[in-house]
Amino acid sequence: MANEEFVNVYFFGKRYSVPANLTIMTGLEYAGYQLVRGCGCRNGFCGACATIYRIKGDAELHMALACQTKVEDNMYVATLPFFPLQKKVYDINQVEPTQQIMMQLYPEIYSCIGCNACTKACPQGLNVMQYIAYAQRGDFKKCADESFDCVMCGICSSRCPAGISHSQVAELARRINGKYLTPDAEHLKQRVKEIYDGNFKAAMEDYMSKSDAEIREMYNTREIEK
Amino acid sequence: MYPDSYQESLAKVAAKRAENAAAEPRRMTADEKDALLKEYHPDYREDQFEEIKIGPNKGEKAPHELVAMLQAHSRVHAGDVDLDKPQYDVDVLIIGAGGAGSSAAIEADEAGANVLMTTKLRIGDANTMMAEGGIQAADKENDSPQQHFLDAYGGGHFAAKKELVEKLVTEAPEDIQWLNDLGCEFDKDETGRMITTHGGGTSRKRMHACKDYSGAEIMRTLRDEVQNRKIPILEFTSAIELLKDEEGKAAGAVLVNMETLELTVVRAKTVILATGGAGRMHYQGFPTSNHYGATADGLVLAYRAGAKLLYQHTLQYHPTGAAYPDQIYGALVTEKVRSLGAKIVNKDGEIFVHPLETRDVEAAAIIRECKKGNGVETDHGCGVWLDAPIIDIKNGEGTIKKRIPAMYRMFEKRGIDISKEPILVYPTLHYQNGGVDINTDCETAVKDLFAAGEVTGGVHGTNRLMGNSLLDVIVFGRDAGKAAGARFKDVEIKGKLNLNHVDAFEDELKAAGVETDLVSPKLLSKYVDQKTLLQGPGIIQ
Repeated sequence: MANEEFVNVYFFGKRYSVPANLTIMTGLEYAGYQLVRGCGCRNGFCGACATIYRIKGDAELHMALACQTKVEDNMYVATLPFFPLQKKVYDINQVEPTQQIMMQLYPEIYSCIGCNACTKACPQGLNVMQYIAYAQRGDFKKCADESFDCVMCGICSSRCPAGISHSQVAELARRINGKYLTPDAEHLKQRVKEIYDGNFKAAMEDYMSKSDAEIREMYNTREIEK
Repeated sequence: MYPDSYQESLAKVAAKRAENAAAEPRRMTADEKDALLKEYHPDYREDQFEEIKIGPNKGEKAPHELVAMLQAHSRVHAGDVDLDKPQYDVDVLIIGAGGAGSSAAIEADEAGANVLMTTKLRIGDANTMMAEGGIQAADKENDSPQQHFLDAYGGGHFAAKKELVEKLVTEAPEDIQWLNDLGCEFDKDETGRMITTHGGGTSRKRMHACKDYSGAEIMRTLRDEVQNRKIPILEFTSAIELLKDEEGKAAGAVLVNMETLELTVVRAKTVILATGGAGRMHYQGFPTSNHYGATADGLVLAYRAGAKLLYQHTLQYHPTGAAYPDQIYGALVTEKVRSLGAKIVNKDGEIFVHPLETRDVEAAAIIRECKKGNGVETDHGCGVWLDAPIIDIKNGEGTIKKRIPAMYRMFEKRGIDISKEPILVYPTLHYQNGGVDINTDCETAVKDLFAAGEVTGGVHGTNRLMGNSLLDVIVFGRDAGKAAGARFKDVEIKGKLNLNHVDAFEDELKAAGVETDLVSPKLLSKYVDQKTLLQGPGIIQ
């Protein structure tokens, strides 16, 4: 096992020798940092641990989630535990699913210069510039689909010359798509009504009043849908 | 990429794949399950538990690590802070900003309350965000709330509070509708019909999902709604003690800024605890699928204030935590992988358990298989294969990328293509089945103190089913918000805010002869120990 293998990493410019199989996050902890900011789910879902790094001698800047990225030799690391995104406030029950709402809330998306820095930076590998293009056109469904795996880490926005808060634009698109543009589930509406009308009340009371032995028997012999 | 030492086993798994894909494994009988659990489930390891010496659950058992926190000293005492000059005076104080806290905030706000949320990390930094597989609701024609009740109550070993299960299953469809109306994107077919699957222990296909980002999609929708409503949130600010009035009613909390350590006093007519779970306590040395902040804080606060706990000795070990590679050791591999048809096999490619038994049974079966020597050895101990490629065989190529993109991405980053290769798994500490005891209004034994979500106990008995925790946080989060949103109107805080219960608790500690240097709540786990980092906290064999 590679436990004996160590690499030199530079956290905020200071060198630490850490085991090569750690992530940037566990590397920081190994070095002695007790994380408060910049650490959330530790599993790549919450976007708390946005991180920038550069390999010594290389011009390219890399953006990553610290919990998902292994340390490398000569890695220069800075964390980005907070980024000032713009979140516009709206009433989901009042918005109309048209291009107008994007123009009104997030007009800066129309200043996109097409540099694609957002897409290149996305640690989830999303086509960020493309979903912003869909948002510009008011194509909320495509914007929602393209952005679905977004963890809202803010890295794309940190690279954007137009000052776009991409993840907030996408959030708006997803909510509009989920509420207005996706067909309703009729069976769900029907069931909510049935429950409201008390259709299951008697059956539920019957189940609740069963003896322990009876309910065990019912459970152990219940038919399971194939 | 898997190391060379796994290749022989991988070849055996691949050779049996077609046969395994078609196989219909037998389910265990009730007696077989009982025997298996007793012998192999971590909840039954007596040496891992001890008696609680003081407080409402005195004489009952809890894991060593939890007892240490329940019987530790308070972080704040009378005199450390001026309780007569609260910085905030609100109707509803919500401690925790995950799925339950955010749902509660929306409902309390809707009820016209002046709400304040406080959270140790950020809003959405919670286990809700990491729930991948889905959320249950009996909304299909062949299903019913009572069928859901039977699954949940039976799956929880007939130990749950029936009236809480009744609420959970009866309000489920309405809450799915509520989420949908907020704009949450569920997996639907082109007609709008929900695409639903099985979870372990379900008798009907009622698992609703948002790909394998179900919790993330729900959480980010709730967060956006909380922000739209401009509900104030104190982030990086953790509650370290509850406050009471002179009648002993909950009446606020003392908070600490996690960065500056500044203390803040909040006076509140009602308090909702929504602090979540405890995976980061690493009970029995298990790795965890949980969020960084999951350290049982709410149990400690509530217990010291006099609230009773229920089933604090039962934890859920998710059967499929990642066992390889190191960087994701213990991370959740969603049950949805099995819902979609993947089978669990040993090092020789043999199926040894039905893939959709309840989680406790499934986990115990994996532990047993490893103890028999039929697992694949790893640096941390042992693992068995979750043969994901079967999903594409059964449902068509591309299903994995479409239905479980987060899983695909997680392993692809490590050079493992789960549409072609199996996933090495071992149980990981996943959920706190028990917690603070509540009634159907979500109120605890302390007046005006409500609780919702993973911090509570009783909803799931001694084992929770997949898809019932996302449901729990929404149902009981909303209900707690509604209950507090109605209650505050009649509440009068009597006299001065005080920490008398903390003094009394310290006296009790002394009288019971408990000697400890520890303080609680824990707030954050430390991961600066090399052994912990490299080996993980270690798998118990």
